[in-house]
Amino acid sequence: MPIEREWEPLIVAFCCNWCSYAGADLAGTSRLNYPANVKIIRVPCSCRVNPLFILRAFQRGADGVIMAGCHPGDCHYTSGNYYARRRMTLLFSMLDYMGIESGRTRVEWISAAEGGKFAAVMNEFAGAIHELGENRRLGDIRCKNYQK
Amino acid sequence: MQKLSEMMRARAAELLAQGAVGRVLGWRSGGLGYDPSPAFFHSAEQLPELVYNGFCAANLSKYLIKAGENDGRTLVFLKPCDTYGLNQLLSEHRIDRDKTYLLGVGCGGMLDMEKARGKGIKGVGSLEEAGGAVVFQTLYGEKSCPRSDLLLEKCIACKGGEHMAYDELLGAEETAANTGFDRFAGVNELEDMPAGERFDFWRGQLSKCIRCNACRNVCPACSCNQCVFDNARSGVSAKANADSFEENLFHIIRAYHVAGRCTDCGECSRVCPQGIPLHLLNRKLIKDINAFYGPYQAGADPDSLPPLTDYTKEDVEPGVVTTRGGATGC
Repeated sequence: MPIEREWEPLIVAFCCNWCSYAGADLAGTSRLNYPANVKIIRVPCSCRVNPLFILRAFQRGADGVIMAGCHPGDCHYTSGNYYARRRMTLLFSMLDYMGIESGRTRVEWISAAEGGKFAAVMNEFAGAIHELGENRRLGDIRCKNYQK
Repeated sequence: MQKLSEMMRARAAELLAQGAVGRVLGWRSGGLGYDPSPAFFHSAEQLPELVYNGFCAANLSKYLIKAGENDGRTLVFLKPCDTYGLNQLLSEHRIDRDKTYLLGVGCGGMLDMEKARGKGIKGVGSLEEAGGAVVFQTLYGEKSCPRSDLLLEKCIACKGGEHMAYDELLGAEETAANTGFDRFAGVNELEDMPAGERFDFWRGQLSKCIRCNACRNVCPACSCNQCVFDNARSGVSAKANADSFEENLFHIIRAYHVAGRCTDCGECSRVCPQGIPLHLLNRKLIKDINAFYGPYQAGADPDSLPPLTDYTKEDVEPGVVTTRGGATGC
């Protein structure tokens, strides 16, 4: 008999190699809890995140997508996160305009020293996505069937 | 218009005879009067087919990319709003300015045959523009309609009749002035809806998409040699009705890839065979760019830096989308 499980959101986090990924590492070594629903994808810089990555994550079953990078001014490549900030602002605004719940996307700046912030942000974001429920508007039915 | 067409033919013939230009890029009449299409003319003998009327809405600037592969200069006729697309292509180094001869032509606003059909004007054989009206010779007799009732969406929101680039002007006095129409009115209306209704609106519109790619192919800003949507490994099947997700993905990315470079020429909406209001997507991005990063008109100045290749330290955070609330909130 299949076991009925409560729905759990799937969250994709794009983390930059130099700050946020190291922040996640620090959260781990500091034994801080953050939800196992968060799947981290390491990118060389937040500006590596192509808008297609975000859409693709939603297609493949993500219920929320968060992008984390170095604080503005601290980018390892000097200015990558400034460009990423403009791109994501326009993309998120466009998704909102298309009627996709705006709470499903987020950008946070997390430095390598902010393990606590990383855990807090992920806990808070996972909670928000839990409230929003399953991503139906930007999901792909073919991928959902594939997952089962 | 009739007089202007004659002037255009005469000037083109002159420049061809002098050898100043190797070919002429203009519009060739179709069989029905309302279907002129972009065409190259290589000799004076071909020029009588060159037409210019209220249905020559097609922007010719993108054809200059291909024309540039030939030797010699290309004479191109550009309406005022077409010059924005040209400037954009120049700034992206897609066109060699030295190989073009820009003949700016006046424009009194271009017309939409679909609007005429909506008014019951069908079976059109030929048409003539006289004064402020268009007279159609149809299978059911002569029918007349005021020009102002037939204007294309992009001409209702005319940017004004100034040519942003030209070597020579012809008939500029025929140009219509900016009407003061608020081009963001449609975007505002959508933003004021609850998110669920917006979603339903776009689903209704985008589910009509047949993925003919006309919007992409006509766009002067979409000139990549290899498009992301042509990549077989991208996972986008490029077929109609593949899935609602792919319809959304295609239209979000199409609009997004021209963000900051879109001149709001409205060609995408004009050519859409399904009547999807694609300009509402482009104008949303333009509205956001204007609001967040200061007013910007792509193509007005070929030396300006597009907003997405620029930044300031004080830019708004992406969270503004969720926190701004009010008219744009859910």
